[in-house]
Amino acid sequence: MIKIQQIDFDVGVEYNKLTDANPTDGAVVFFVGLVRDFNQGHEITGMTLEHYPQMAEKQLAAIVDEAKSKWQLGRVSVIHRVGNLQVNDQIVFVGVSSQHREQAFQAASYIMDYLKTRVPIWKKETTNQGTRWVEAGIKS
Amino acid sequence: MIQICFFASLREQLGVTNLSIEARENLTVKMVAEEIVNTHSDWADIFQDKQLLCAVNHQIVSPTTIVKDNDEVAFFPPVTGG
Repeated sequence: MIKIQQIDFDVGVEYNKLTDANPTDGAVVFFVGLVRDFNQGHEITGMTLEHYPQMAEKQLAAIVDEAKSKWQLGRVSVIHRVGNLQVNDQIVFVGVSSQHREQAFQAASYIMDYLKTRVPIWKKETTNQGTRWVEAGIKS
Repeated sequence: MIQICFFASLREQLGVTNLSIEARENLTVKMVAEEIVNTHSDWADIFQDKQLLCAVNHQIVSPTTIVKDNDEVAFFPPVTGG
């Protein structure tokens, strides 16, 4: 399941979707990315995420398909928020279920890594000195 | 026609979200960018940015990719989601 949405998500609900009526998978790994209050030398008070809707969804689906072809996965869930977010808000959820933990850990990490480099989403931070687009390649 | 769209910092620098140009034979992505700059000379420096990416119909492409009638061409900076 892939979603790009403005509204927040509930990690408990998303976890249940990975585990409900799923007796074959013994492992669930999930990652949640949050808005941090400091980045690239500036205090952050919030951010706006812009995306290229059709392409972002296609790229996410392609990354999930790649992960499914590399590892034996049960369920995969990716949610990425867009729009205006505040410090400590949830940005992204990646959840993977698998029979064994190693596959789930690797797949979740793979999906996050490629999401950050291939999916057309851009962060614009609001700092104590105004707004600025986050630069790629600098750890964020 | 070829639909062209811009995103994020590039969209803000240009002050334009989208535009369109006439399709023609053997038109490459590089030629699309050149045609845009030819009609908006003040954008030349912005399009010099070597980091700019281009997608045709939602797939990242190279400057030599051929663009056809009704294609959607997007220019944008490196992505920073996640």
